[in-house]
Amino acid sequence: MLGWIDTLLQGILLGGLYSLYATGLSVIFGIMRLVNLAHGDLIVLAAFLMLALVAAGVPIVLALAIVLPLMFALGYALQSLMLNRALGRNILPPLLITFGLSIIVQNGLLETFSADTRFLNVGPLQGASLRLGGGIAIGVMPLICLVAAITVILLLNGVFYRTPLGRAFRATSDDVEIAQLMGINNKAIYAITMGIALAVCAVAGFFLGARANFDPSIGPARLLYAFEAVIIGGLGSLWGTLAGGIVVGVAQTVGAHIDPEWQILSGHVAFLIVLVIRPRGLFPRAVD
Amino acid sequence: MSEQDSAVLETRDLTAFYGDFQALFGISFALHEGETVAIIGANGAGKSTFLKAIAGLLPRPAAAVRLDGRDIGALPAFDIVKLGISLVPEGRRLFTSLSVEENLQVGAYGRHGDGTWSLEAIYRLFPVLHERRHTPSTALSGGQQQMVAIGRSLMSNPRILLCDEISLGLAPIVIRDIYAALADIKARGTSVVLVEQDLMHAMSVADRAYCFQEGRVSLSGRPQELTRDAIHAAYFGL
Repeated sequence: MLGWIDTLLQGILLGGLYSLYATGLSVIFGIMRLVNLAHGDLIVLAAFLMLALVAAGVPIVLALAIVLPLMFALGYALQSLMLNRALGRNILPPLLITFGLSIIVQNGLLETFSADTRFLNVGPLQGASLRLGGGIAIGVMPLICLVAAITVILLLNGVFYRTPLGRAFRATSDDVEIAQLMGINNKAIYAITMGIALAVCAVAGFFLGARANFDPSIGPARLLYAFEAVIIGGLGSLWGTLAGGIVVGVAQTVGAHIDPEWQILSGHVAFLIVLVIRPRGLFPRAVD
Repeated sequence: MSEQDSAVLETRDLTAFYGDFQALFGISFALHEGETVAIIGANGAGKSTFLKAIAGLLPRPAAAVRLDGRDIGALPAFDIVKLGISLVPEGRRLFTSLSVEENLQVGAYGRHGDGTWSLEAIYRLFPVLHERRHTPSTALSGGQQQMVAIGRSLMSNPRILLCDEISLGLAPIVIRDIYAALADIKARGTSVVLVEQDLMHAMSVADRAYCFQEGRVSLSGRPQELTRDAIHAAYFGL
């Protein structure tokens, strides 16, 4: 019994990481109806950037503080210089651009950092754990990760639902043509959106590197977990994305508890089950 | 053409395309300060296209649209509204995930100058919207949605209001309310371009009218000078 409670807790904590992967993807899709196939690779890129800064002697937290605005700027530039030119009625051109970007980022990282497996050293917190009694303990980093995921969603929802800029985001998401009639420059909104998404990628990359090992090839698998979290949660709802991440996380740890070989598979199976039972996800918001 | 010289908004040989399909074939049009001009015509005559081309939602020749004598045809829609031209789109097109008040607030995004419109002023114009200000815009009746669409456009303090089929699909009593509000808006000095299929309403408020037929102006003049037969001929091309 205790083993199961432990498994469940670890799954929820893992879900925090997955929802961090997924939040940026959810924001991009929600506002632009754009699927970013390079999302996972950009998370890995952020992790490697922090790794390089740490190797140069920068403290890890400062490295995150540097990479976060850097990733925002990268997202802003990527959207305004490339993706905005490809946006239109046809969804295929931007999709192909992000596919190409995924390949470029993966190979660029491989070329620069080699295929070695790395991790981010976050100091004494790395292996620290909290004893909850009854023989159950949870890792401090995984807990911080879940708290970070919740904080990121609270912040983003605060921006989207409580600020004039957020209203412009939602209006653009609803009807981009009419938003322009209201004086909203949709391309600027899109550039900020991509910037925000990649800033969240920086946070996700930090916890990816602090919780587990990474190498240049693991981006696509992170993208897949992120996708599953977004779809399970329902398009357009960030709390749904958190719930979706937790569903995938719990399914994986439960699967691994039964048989370690089942970890990845059971996450995918949970995704398929949710798709069959609730095709629009647990908390659907978007109308289309 | 002394009228054209003093025009606030003017189009010269305006053309517009949807892909390869040409929808407007050289429209020349003028709107003067404080004037209300109706554009009438059958379905597919190019009326909505004309308004969209002015508002910047369709590509058009740079010199084909002029505001105060300045070419504005190269500007995107989000800059046009900041010059004081606002379009109330056909079919209302409210932001569905926003409340009534949020829809109005988004309208202030492209605010032009220090005009008279504010949330309070819109609620005075359409008191029912004040009661329903926190309602999702999808929960409103058609008439109330139209009021939000008009209010949303007014929030930008337009000098020129472009109204596309604001009476379409509404009950006669609601249409009367909407047109009463339009009179208030005109009284503040706003110039109005009114696209309507409802001839009677359009002609009753318009200072001048243009009739469109297959992307061209087939008739124009003051309503009292246009005979029923002339309108009929211009409307249907008979």
